[in-house]
Amino acid sequence: MPATTPRVLTDEMIEEIRALFPRYPTRRAVTLPALHIVHQRLRHVPLQAVVEIAELLELAPAEVQDTLTFYGFFKQNQPHGRTRLWVCRSISCFLRGSDEVLRHICRRTGVQPGQTTPDGRLTIEEAECLGACEFAPCALANDALWKCLTPEEADRLLKTLK
Amino acid sequence: MDDFEPVLLANIGVENSHELRVYESRGGYQTLRRAVREKTPQELVELVKASGLRGRGGAGFPTGLKWTFLDKKSRPIYFCLNADESEPGTFNNRILMEEDPHQVLEGLILSCYATESSVAYIYMRYEYPTAWQRMGRAVQECYEAGLLGQRVAGSDYSLDVYLHRGAGAYICGEETGLIESLEGKRAWPRIKPPFPAVEGLFRKPTVVNNVETVACVKHIVERGADWFRSIGVPPDPNNPRDPGSFGPKLYCLSGHVNRPGCYEAPLGITVRELIDRMGQGVWKGRQAKAVVPGGISMGFLSGEELDCPLDFNGPGRYGCLGLGTAAVVVIDDQTSMIDVLYNSCRFFAHESCGQCTPCREGTAWAYNILKRIKAGRGRLVDLDLLLGLADSMGIIPGTTICGLADGAAWPIKNAIRKFRDEFETYIRQTNPTGYQRTDPVPAMELSESCR
Repeated sequence: MPATTPRVLTDEMIEEIRALFPRYPTRRAVTLPALHIVHQRLRHVPLQAVVEIAELLELAPAEVQDTLTFYGFFKQNQPHGRTRLWVCRSISCFLRGSDEVLRHICRRTGVQPGQTTPDGRLTIEEAECLGACEFAPCALANDALWKCLTPEEADRLLKTLK
Repeated sequence: MDDFEPVLLANIGVENSHELRVYESRGGYQTLRRAVREKTPQELVELVKASGLRGRGGAGFPTGLKWTFLDKKSRPIYFCLNADESEPGTFNNRILMEEDPHQVLEGLILSCYATESSVAYIYMRYEYPTAWQRMGRAVQECYEAGLLGQRVAGSDYSLDVYLHRGAGAYICGEETGLIESLEGKRAWPRIKPPFPAVEGLFRKPTVVNNVETVACVKHIVERGADWFRSIGVPPDPNNPRDPGSFGPKLYCLSGHVNRPGCYEAPLGITVRELIDRMGQGVWKGRQAKAVVPGGISMGFLSGEELDCPLDFNGPGRYGCLGLGTAAVVVIDDQTSMIDVLYNSCRFFAHESCGQCTPCREGTAWAYNILKRIKAGRGRLVDLDLLLGLADSMGIIPGTTICGLADGAAWPIKNAIRKFRDEFETYIRQTNPTGYQRTDPVPAMELSESCR
């Protein structure tokens, strides 16, 4: 018998997920909100969390996993850094130099898109249109939008990271 | 156009425009309070039908007509507010939700009342944290003020509104993809029929409308259908199927312009007027080589086609897919169309949901071929190969469930047909020994260039 995996969902997370049940006629509809609740706390959704979410929503773990893997947002294998930096690469940002900004950030931090710095401070991600094209090139650092980025401005952004 | 006064953006720039207090001090929710007392839902549907309002999310389907398709025998009726704006170049919904969330909510509540919906879900893309927070707060304010919940504004009508957050998938903007996603599944668009109005969210009759669409509804109810029809472009007399392009429209202008931003203008403003008058011209004194008329999936206008009017029919007359989201992206004469098309193909290869083979494989191969051309191993036959690929995928050739593939195909068709010389020159120059080859590219070379 393999050892039981310790549970990862806290009572608080479970409460928060349950509180959403009355909003939807099916439990399955709470899948995305539940994944967000867990992802926000743990910065990823490990397999064990998928099993526990499935239990709460009365689904098979595979159904939750199927949904999770469809959306580019959720990390599973390891948590993302304290800051997750989405650098936009779509048309408007590309036209105004997003390639250069991304290259600069990768050079400065020594990590590639999708990777996390060894100190766990930063994960860099390539984003499709962030919907802030009037401020191109732009990036989203957690909830903060960085506008009209240049390599110099990107340095300033990197300095603010905790 | 000179005497046009912004309606949708009227509150933008007012201090704390996102607060209920400020919105109400500027006359907000008066329309809703009056409408739920004095008008029946049926009257509102007729009003919106008479206004000629067409959906602002991309397809331009007449909103009032969509509402009449609802199966009223089945209850509850659900309303989904499509706030999953993800079309590259588009940000008008973000501005509305961040700066004037109560305008959106007033329009939403009116639309729900008209369609007799009892629950509305606002499906918002993940990438809008400020809009998420402000819309959430605005909904809360409405509940506290008795504008949501039991007995909306003292009437017999009840409505609950919930926010639902996406997770970074472009396909969730497709209405049935959105519904699947809301139900907790992968956002694979559904085969229609049945249309959502008959069997949508949780297998109940459902309306899916865009944020800007419901904002227009608010002003139509306030000012009437005649006011709305006094703005924009009347139906084309030579086209019996054209319902006209009425009302104000939010145009998102970005790329190589001096003053990018979201501008409100009557439907039918030309690309040139938008760039020169609103955007103050192409940046650095350059010329526009190409312009995206309505989000990347609509394709490209060339620099000679800037007199194209931005109404629902204009871009189509110039070989583009349509008006789309009216997101205008300007590309200057120093930019390589190979790079631009590469960027577009990468986007669609990344965002294809993978359900339909022509789209999943087509977008991936188009991206691979563009990657190879860009890397200097292009062949002249690749251009016709790309065109063949583009012609074979989408709703228009009838090979896919949703329109994503049409959106992926259009930039390819327009770029290669309108800028063929540039592509041929690039291929000849970067691949001088192999550009005329017609034999298949060896697998080795493919895997190398397509990593």
